[in-house]
Amino acid sequence: MFEPIRLVPRGQPSPFWTYASPALAIVLTVIVSGVMFFAMGKSPGAAVYTFLVAPLVQAGGLSALAVKAAPLIMMGAGLALCYRASVWNIGCEGQFTLGAICAGGVALAWPDLPAPILYPAAMIAGVVGGAATAALSAWLRTSLNVNEILSSLMMTYVAQYLLIYLVTGPWRDPQGFGFPQTAMFSDSATTPILIPGSGVHLGCLFAPLAAIAVWALMSKSTLGFQLRVVGEAPRAARFAGFSEKRLIWVAMLVSGGLAGLAGMFEVTGPIGQLTPQISPGYGFTAVIVAFLGRLHPIGAIFAGLLLALSYLGGDAAQIDLGLPNAVTGIFQGVLLFLLLACDILILYRPRLARPSGANAGAAR
Amino acid sequence: MLDRATSEAGPILSLRGVTKQYPGCLANDHVDLTVGRNEIHALLGENGAGKSTLVKIIYGVMRPDAGEIVWQGEKVTIESPAHARRLGIGMVFQHFSLFESLTVAQNIALGINDPAERVGLEKRIIETSREYGLPLVPDRTVHDLSVGERQRIEIVRCLLQNPRLLIMDEPTSVLTPQEAETLFATLRRLAAEGCSILYISHKLEEIRALCDTATIMRLGRVVAHCNPREKSAKELAELMIAAELEPQARSRRVVADAAPRLAVEALTVASPNPFGADLKSISFSVRPGEILGIAGIAGNGQNELMDALSGEIPTGQPDAIRIDGTPVGHMGPRERRALGGCFVPEERNGHGAVGAMTLSDNGFLTAAARKSLARFGFVRHGRIAEFARDVIARYDVRTTGPKAQARALSGGNLQKFLVGREILQAPTVLVVNQPTWGVDAGAAAAIHRALAELAQNGAAVVVISQDLDEIFLVCDRIAVIAGGRLSTPIPVAEATIEQIGLVMGGTQAKSETAHV
Repeated sequence: MFEPIRLVPRGQPSPFWTYASPALAIVLTVIVSGVMFFAMGKSPGAAVYTFLVAPLVQAGGLSALAVKAAPLIMMGAGLALCYRASVWNIGCEGQFTLGAICAGGVALAWPDLPAPILYPAAMIAGVVGGAATAALSAWLRTSLNVNEILSSLMMTYVAQYLLIYLVTGPWRDPQGFGFPQTAMFSDSATTPILIPGSGVHLGCLFAPLAAIAVWALMSKSTLGFQLRVVGEAPRAARFAGFSEKRLIWVAMLVSGGLAGLAGMFEVTGPIGQLTPQISPGYGFTAVIVAFLGRLHPIGAIFAGLLLALSYLGGDAAQIDLGLPNAVTGIFQGVLLFLLLACDILILYRPRLARPSGANAGAAR
Repeated sequence: MLDRATSEAGPILSLRGVTKQYPGCLANDHVDLTVGRNEIHALLGENGAGKSTLVKIIYGVMRPDAGEIVWQGEKVTIESPAHARRLGIGMVFQHFSLFESLTVAQNIALGINDPAERVGLEKRIIETSREYGLPLVPDRTVHDLSVGERQRIEIVRCLLQNPRLLIMDEPTSVLTPQEAETLFATLRRLAAEGCSILYISHKLEEIRALCDTATIMRLGRVVAHCNPREKSAKELAELMIAAELEPQARSRRVVADAAPRLAVEALTVASPNPFGADLKSISFSVRPGEILGIAGIAGNGQNELMDALSGEIPTGQPDAIRIDGTPVGHMGPRERRALGGCFVPEERNGHGAVGAMTLSDNGFLTAAARKSLARFGFVRHGRIAEFARDVIARYDVRTTGPKAQARALSGGNLQKFLVGREILQAPTVLVVNQPTWGVDAGAAAAIHRALAELAQNGAAVVVISQDLDEIFLVCDRIAVIAGGRLSTPIPVAEATIEQIGLVMGGTQAKSETAHV
C-alpha cells in the first residue's frame, strides 16, 4: 500500500514543535474560518478581518479584550496546573458559577457593609464556592475512585440549575419586573474599575498575577514539583513518597478556587448582578486556553487573549456580517481540533514516502 | 507431528545485509545470519546489541530498512507475524502474551484464526505436550501456573503450527537451572526432528552446552560466527563485550557481632496486584558491611518485598521492619529515607525516575531531604544541578549534563545515575531490586563496585536479583524468595548454584500443588 506521507517517530519530543504547533494551528484555523465564511457567502478576507482584527482596532477594543480574557486566563492557568498533575478537571464552568453564586450571596446579604470588608468577603466567598465545588470531585475521586472528569462536568449542570433556581426564586429582585435576576450589587460589592471609562477592572490585573503565581508554584516550589511528578509518573511519585491523594486535592482546590474567583470578578464587575447567563462558556473555553498555552500558566495568558478575541469576533460577526453567534463556537472547536492534530508533529516527523517501492528505504 | 519431508538442501533461513535504523540508534547494521537445518543456532550479545530487533524483523513484527531475507531458498518480505507463522516461523517471546484469567486451551485457541483448526484442540495440546515432554493440563487457568509452565504454553502454541524455525528469546531468564535442563532436552529433540532453533541469550555456559553454531552481535553488528563449543566462555565474553572485565575483589569485613542495620521480622503483606505474590512471614536481618542477596524467579514476591521495604506499600505493623533499631513498618518512603534507608527499584523509567524530567529533577525526586535540596518549600535549583553533576561525575554517567532528560539515557547509564543518586545520600540501608537488569557489562561492573564500596563503609545492602551469578559475585549471604516466602539466609561461600536452584523451584512446586 502506498502512503503519500508517513509519520516517523522522533524518539523524543521536539522542543521546536511544542511551541510551533499552536502557531500552526492558529494559522490553519484562520484559513479554515476563511473557507467557512466563503461558504456562507461572505468575502473571506473581509470576514476574517471583521472577526479577528476589527474588534482590536476599534475604540475600546483592547479594554474589551482584557475584560473577556481575564476569566479565561485565570481559569486557564489553574487548569494548566491541574492537567500537569494529570487531574482532569473539566468542570470549571460549574466552579465559576458557584463562585459567582457565593460571592453574589455575600453581596446581596450585607449590601451596606463598607467596601473594605464586603469586597474581600465576596472574593473569599467566590474562592470558597469554586474550591468547594471542586472539592466534591476531589473527595469522590480520592475516597470512592470516581472519575473527576465526569463528576466535575456533571457539577456544571447542578451549578447552572442552582443559579437559575436562585435568580428565579428566592434571590429574585422584587423590583425587577419579574425578570430572572437579582438586584444590582451595592457599590461596596462592585469590582473597582482600574482605568476610568474603559471597563478594565481589578480582575484584569488579578488574572496575569494569578498566572504568574501558578507559574512560580509549578516551577519553583516543592509542591509544584510533586504535582508534575504525579502527573508524569504516578509510580515514581509513590516511590518518592508523595501522597497522590493530597496532590489531587491541591490540584482540584487551586483550579476550583481560581475558577470561583473568576466567577466572582465577572458578576461583581461587568455584570453587576446574578442572572441566568453569567458565562458564555468561559469554563469550557478555559480548557482550550490551557492546552493552547501548552499547559504553561504564562502560555495561558497569550491563549486567553486569543480566545477572548474569538468572543469579540463572534459579536462583531453577528452585528456587521449577520452571521450567527455560533461562529465563535466553531472557531474555538476548529482551533482545538487543529491544535490536537498539529501536536502530532511534536512526537512524529512527517516524511514523504518515495514511490519506488518497499526496498527504497535504505539506511541513511 | 512435524512435517519433515524436506528435499531441499541448504540453510532454512539466511539474512543478508539487514539494516534497521531507530531514531538516534542504528539497531542492526548490515547483519548477516544463516541458520542451517536441524541446527540450534545461538544469537549472542549484550543487552542493546540488536538481537531483539533482528528477531522481530525475522518474525515480521518490523520491517528492515535494507537487506534481504531468504527463507528456504526463496527471497521473502515478511509482512506480519501471521505471515511469519504461515511460512513456518514460530517465536516464544521473553515476555509472555497470555491472559491470566483464561485457561491454557483458551489461550492457545485465541492464537488460531481458522475455527476449523480449533476442533479437537485440547486433544492435540495433550498429544503435543506429551510428545515433547512439555506437560500441560488444557483446562487449568493461567494465573495458577508457574512461569515455567507458562513458557510451555507458548512453546506448545508454536509447535501446533508445525514450525520449521522456532525463535526463543532469552527463554531461561525465567527458569530454575533444573527447568532449563528440561527445556534443553526438548529443544535438542525438536532440532533433531527438523525444526531449527534460533536461540537468543547472553548466558555463555548454556549456549556452549546447547548450541551448534553461534552468531555474536555487538552494537548492532555481527562480530563473529563461530562454534561455541570450540570457544571458552571467556573467549565468547570477550567477543561479546570487547572489554576486559575487572575481577571483583571481595575484601569486606562484616562486623559479626554488630547490631543489624536492617531487621525484618514476620513481614506479611498482601500484594496489591491480584496476580501478585503475597509476602508471607518474611524475616531476615542485615548487619553493617554486609550484602544480602535475595534470589528467586520473577514474580515470586520480589516487587512486593521491594515496595514493602521502601514504604510504597504500607505494612501497618511498625515492628515488621526496623532501620537501625527504629520501627519503620508504618512509615512512608520519605520518613524511611530520613532514617537512612535508600532504594533503587527494578523499573527505571516511570518508577525510579521520571523519564520526561531532567537528571537534576530526578536527583531531587528522592534526595530532597537527605541532601537539603529544598528550603522553605522551594526547590534550590543551583543545588539540585550540583548534586546531579556530582552523581554524573562520580558514577561515570554518559550524558550531556544535568539538563538531559532521564529517558534520553541508555538503560545502563540511567541505572548508574539512579544507583549513584541513592549512594551519594550516604544511606545506612540500601535495597536494590535487579541492579543490573538490562545493563551492559561495563555498567554492571561499575554498579557492583559501588555496592561493594558502600558496604565497606558500613552500610547494610540488600540485592534482590534473578541473576544467580550476580548474587554469587557480590553478596555475602543468600536467601531465596519463592511463593512470597523467604528461605533462611546462608553464607554464599557455603551455597552451590544447584542447591539454590532447587530451593527456587522446590518451594514453588509445593505452592502449585496447593492450587490443584
